[in-house]
Amino acid sequence: MEREFSRGLYQNKAGGWMKKLTVISGKGGTGKTTVTANLAALADNLILADCDVDAPNMHLLMKPEVIEAEVFKGAKVAVKDQLKCIECGLCRELCNFKAITSDFKVDEIRCEGCGLCVAKCPSDALKLELEETGDLYYSQTKFAPMVHAKLKIGAENSGKLVSQVKEKAESLAQQQEKELLLIDGSPGIGCPVIASINGVDSVLVVTEPTKSGLADLKRVLKTVKYFNLPAVVAINKYDLNQEISLEIESFCRQIQVKIVGKLPFSKVIVEAMQQGELVVESAPESKVAAALKELWQELSYELRIKS
Amino acid sequence: MKVAVTASNNTDLNVKIDLKFGRAPYFVIIDFDNDKVNFIDNSAKGATGGAGIQAAQTIVDQGVEGLITGNVGPKAFNVLSKANIKVYSAKEETIKEVLSKYKNNDLKEVAAPTNNGHAGM
Amino acid sequence: MKITVLSGKGGTGKTTVATNLALSLTNVQFLDADVEEPNSYIFIRPDFGEEYQQVLRKVPIIDQNKCRACRSCVDFCEYNALVLLGEEVLIIKEMCHSCGGCKYICPKEAIREEDKEVGKIRVDKSVAGMEFWQGELNIGEASAVPVIEALNQKVSEDKTVIIDAPPGTTCPTIAAISDANYCILVTEPTPFGLHDLKMAVEVVKELGKPCGIIINRSEEDADKLIEDYASNEGISILTKIPFKREIASLYSQGTPFVEEMPEWKENFQEVFTKIKQVVG
Repeated sequence: MEREFSRGLYQNKAGGWMKKLTVISGKGGTGKTTVTANLAALADNLILADCDVDAPNMHLLMKPEVIEAEVFKGAKVAVKDQLKCIECGLCRELCNFKAITSDFKVDEIRCEGCGLCVAKCPSDALKLELEETGDLYYSQTKFAPMVHAKLKIGAENSGKLVSQVKEKAESLAQQQEKELLLIDGSPGIGCPVIASINGVDSVLVVTEPTKSGLADLKRVLKTVKYFNLPAVVAINKYDLNQEISLEIESFCRQIQVKIVGKLPFSKVIVEAMQQGELVVESAPESKVAAALKELWQELSYELRIKS
Repeated sequence: MKVAVTASNNTDLNVKIDLKFGRAPYFVIIDFDNDKVNFIDNSAKGATGGAGIQAAQTIVDQGVEGLITGNVGPKAFNVLSKANIKVYSAKEETIKEVLSKYKNNDLKEVAAPTNNGHAGM
Repeated sequence: MKITVLSGKGGTGKTTVATNLALSLTNVQFLDADVEEPNSYIFIRPDFGEEYQQVLRKVPIIDQNKCRACRSCVDFCEYNALVLLGEEVLIIKEMCHSCGGCKYICPKEAIREEDKEVGKIRVDKSVAGMEFWQGELNIGEASAVPVIEALNQKVSEDKTVIIDAPPGTTCPTIAAISDANYCILVTEPTPFGLHDLKMAVEVVKELGKPCGIIINRSEEDADKLIEDYASNEGISILTKIPFKREIASLYSQGTPFVEEMPEWKENFQEVFTKIKQVVG
């Protein structure tokens, strides 16, 4: 199938255009991050972005050294000036989230930052403030520079933090004339995943041949197609259930999505992960490492990157 | 007649367009009747949620007929189409380039979402 | 007795543990509270029939005759759920957090509230020897919490209640833990598993719930990673599910492994005994 590729404005050293690839999965546990990390080891001249900010795992394999950190403020919360409060109780009465305690304090966990108490307080004792919900990091790893983030426990993810991670990585990739921006995408089908795939040259969906894997693949491909983004699929542990693997292949054929890789169910990859290592490095002769190399070749062809 | 374009910077028309809509840093409003160019800040850029909708409100308030950007989410798209604003999708190019394509009718108009069930994004 | 099964991240085997544990015990009520991605039905195979219960929340509705398009509500809404198109205020219900604020802000009293369905609750009162409840969040809805809270209302005190919690450590997971007497944390012996386990432990400790760990995809050499952490934290390891192709393959077909490997039922019964000793 002929496809039109976006032509980035920034040329890299190799004389090509910088390409962006996001790896997503829909369902958790399909091996998305492991695949991404191994691709990072195989690719040259790239920058990494971990947009899986709910439960970022890439750093466990990449072991980044933080060069720069900044605070991320991602949610609003009502803040009270105790001196101005006349304890009239109106805020407590109006709040639908039961976020004002009986002694008229704001329960920050319950507060959703709607601002009703702020608007209605007769003594102007309340205001909405942006709350620190996480940190954004720029780091160096063995393979490539990496941008990643960490949310505080209990903090909700949003497209905002994902966008910031991606933007930071994009601008660094341009400055440093990188050939590839490789993004570990967010899970699910909501706002964060859209933020992580928006504007990329290709989306790689890593799936597995299980009933729930197939159901999630269908949902997530619908999202990708909606945004008119070119998608390709890799089946992890494809020999675990041949029947469902075939079902995945025929579904992909039907909707004209190319399968760019099939990785075998392998203890070697799990063993490498248990040691915090990458299988393409620790067991380069293994079947699964060979399959990963093939996957990378297919992807670099899809992205028109010299591999 | 006016169109809006999402812009990565607000210096001039040689900057590239921004492929994001809701969280684009700037919008540039081009008035073809008097060739006026006006950069505005996108107040939705830092929104904690619903950035696309808030940005759509800004675009609606500008009274434009078309919006040129990368991708628009379904909720923002609904707002824009209810306000009769056409959405055109462009690739990563300079504003100048996309405007000349727009004038030559070379940009693809984004069709309505086929299914509202896609919401949730 | 209410037991919540959770994990810091999806894909570690939370549903495997919850369903196989439930199938090994008697007098069980199962609540699938992973409402964004309810998967337990694949293994338990309930027949819900056509009926379901609606979960509702309030969203604004505008009386266009009273509205003067003053924009106060649009400017007030922190969630960008309201848009002014010319003279008309448009409501984007999915964005609304049901704070009720616009109703109080409107100077013309043009805003009322109506019910909107956020999700569904389905039940099969008798399947595989248990009572099976499932919550589902409607596509496009942002918050799973109301559906999980509605599911919590269904708890029957005289049964052993097993709750399959949503993955993660945010509000929906907390809602699924809040009523539990005990939490089972499912993990796997990899640096990923340990990292996500720590996040789950932090949440459970904050809520003051007793907990134990089940290691999924267990392998002798690797388990030490989790065991060392658990002994440091003083958390007991309830059981280990081995890393076996057979188990993974049964999972892929939607077959609970206790059905093919019945000796595992006893294993899960022992887990339950250990939990009862802690909870009393």
